Amino acid sequence: MYSEKVMDHFMHPRNVGEIENASGVGTVGNAKCGDIMRMYLQVEDDVITDVKFKTFGCGAAIATSSMATEMVKGKTIEEALQLTNKAVAEALDGLPPVKMHCSLLAEQALKEALEDYFTKNNLPLPEGFSKPDVNHDEEEEEA
Amino acid sequence: MKRIYLDNAATCGLLPEVVEAMGPVLAGAPMNPSSVHGFGREARALLDEARLKVAKALGARKEEIFFTSGGSEADNWAIKGLAHLKGKGHIITTKIEHHAVLHACQALEKEGFSVSYLPVDEDGLVTAEQVEEAIREDTILVTVMAANNEIGTLEPIEEIGTVCKKHQLPFHTDAVQAVGHVAIDVHAMNIDMLSLSGHKLGAPQGVGALYVRNGLRLQNLIDGGAQERGKRAGTENMLGIVGLGRAIELATENMERNNAYETALRDRLIQGILREIPDARLNGHPTRRLPGNVNVCIRYIEGESLLLLLDMAGIAASSGSACTSGSLDPSHVLLAIGLPHEIAHGSLRLTLNHLNTQEEIDRTIAELKPIVERLREMSPLFNQEKGGCQLV
Repeated sequence: MYSEKVMDHFMHPRNVGEIENASGVGTVGNAKCGDIMRMYLQVEDDVITDVKFKTFGCGAAIATSSMATEMVKGKTIEEALQLTNKAVAEALDGLPPVKMHCSLLAEQALKEALEDYFTKNNLPLPEGFSKPDVNHDEEEEEA
Repeated sequence: MKRIYLDNAATCGLLPEVVEAMGPVLAGAPMNPSSVHGFGREARALLDEARLKVAKALGARKEEIFFTSGGSEADNWAIKGLAHLKGKGHIITTKIEHHAVLHACQALEKEGFSVSYLPVDEDGLVTAEQVEEAIREDTILVTVMAANNEIGTLEPIEEIGTVCKKHQLPFHTDAVQAVGHVAIDVHAMNIDMLSLSGHKLGAPQGVGALYVRNGLRLQNLIDGGAQERGKRAGTENMLGIVGLGRAIELATENMERNNAYETALRDRLIQGILREIPDARLNGHPTRRLPGNVNVCIRYIEGESLLLLLDMAGIAASSGSACTSGSLDPSHVLLAIGLPHEIAHGSLRLTLNHLNTQEEIDRTIAELKPIVERLREMSPLFNQEKGGCQLV
């Protein structure tokens, strides 16, 4: 059902934890639907120097959180803004169709954390900034 | 690493005695019981013998047993077969039935039948009084499961049978999980139809049976040849039927001993989990439950990730029923007993049988504890709640 990469990130998740006084924090999902992701960013000089997550959810939710944190660690804000759920899913060698919404959650959590960072620092949102809309009432066939 | 199988309610392996009994069928002789020749007569004898064994296990007569492709077909046949013969009317069932019953009822609703889905209490019990209160002038059928496949609660089918008899209503019970584990006497319990499945008893998949009380008529679900007294067409699944006959005979013979053994293991597992894991709760009735069923909710973690880690530790379990796992919604049974979604997502079902050992149970408890701790460490809900915040 899951690729080896998904299982690897599920069994050995990278960057689990919290960051005290983080530059930005984003929480998405809800327990009712079975998954919540919270992402913490540490930003220094426009670079994401550290990133941590906590996730309540299925194997795919944990693996996508882990992969997304790996993909943005050490990147500039501008680079991090380019991350898409599709890239996260591809980096994990794909996800089962019913689990694609987990990758959307990961993208959304990152964007929420970035938005939090912009707000805290009185920075304007970058042009074209958008967060994916995760509709929990409908299964995401593709994203 | 020796693996531990605790998913016997999904299916259990073939029992060695069943494999042995199926030997003559696997030997390769042509076996069509409808044939007049010697080969056919030999097959007919095996078929009759298996039917007698099933009848005996249920307190039924031989001619009241019809072999099917499994429990789902038996449920569909009982419910749709009766409804289609009546043409219209009202059906009474519960919210916690297996999907084979629920979806058959929903299909009938689309055809114009009306259905009452009775709620259950926090232990998953429905009462005979609830059934009686739901009876209407146009009620044509009552269908209530004997034992719930997810939480193991045993429903009061004898009392419901009495109510149905009083109101002269046909009573069907899906006894797929109960047969072989709970003593059933269809005549004494006023059961008019009963569904059972082979692979929950140690027989192969693809075979089951429907008991239909003498005199109760059903419309056929499968038309064709004259097999099963013209009521269920298709050349008989001889391998499955012979296996089912032996499996149900074994289960009946050993029921008392197996139940005592499984109940002790079950309670050891329940107590171990509740002792070792904080914020865990037992689902289903504490004592009025299947001897092999354990179902718990473990707060702040999600069921699938728990199953994956247990599997890595060599322990096979399930979360909700296997039929539910393709969906993202939590189990309808757990919601029906009043659990909020977020807790229902953290359910774990461990179902054992007489082949499991105490050592396996103890290892399961020991493996479960660090797995839960690991997932809780990762969960944003865990610390949040400990910090005084409430769940959404």
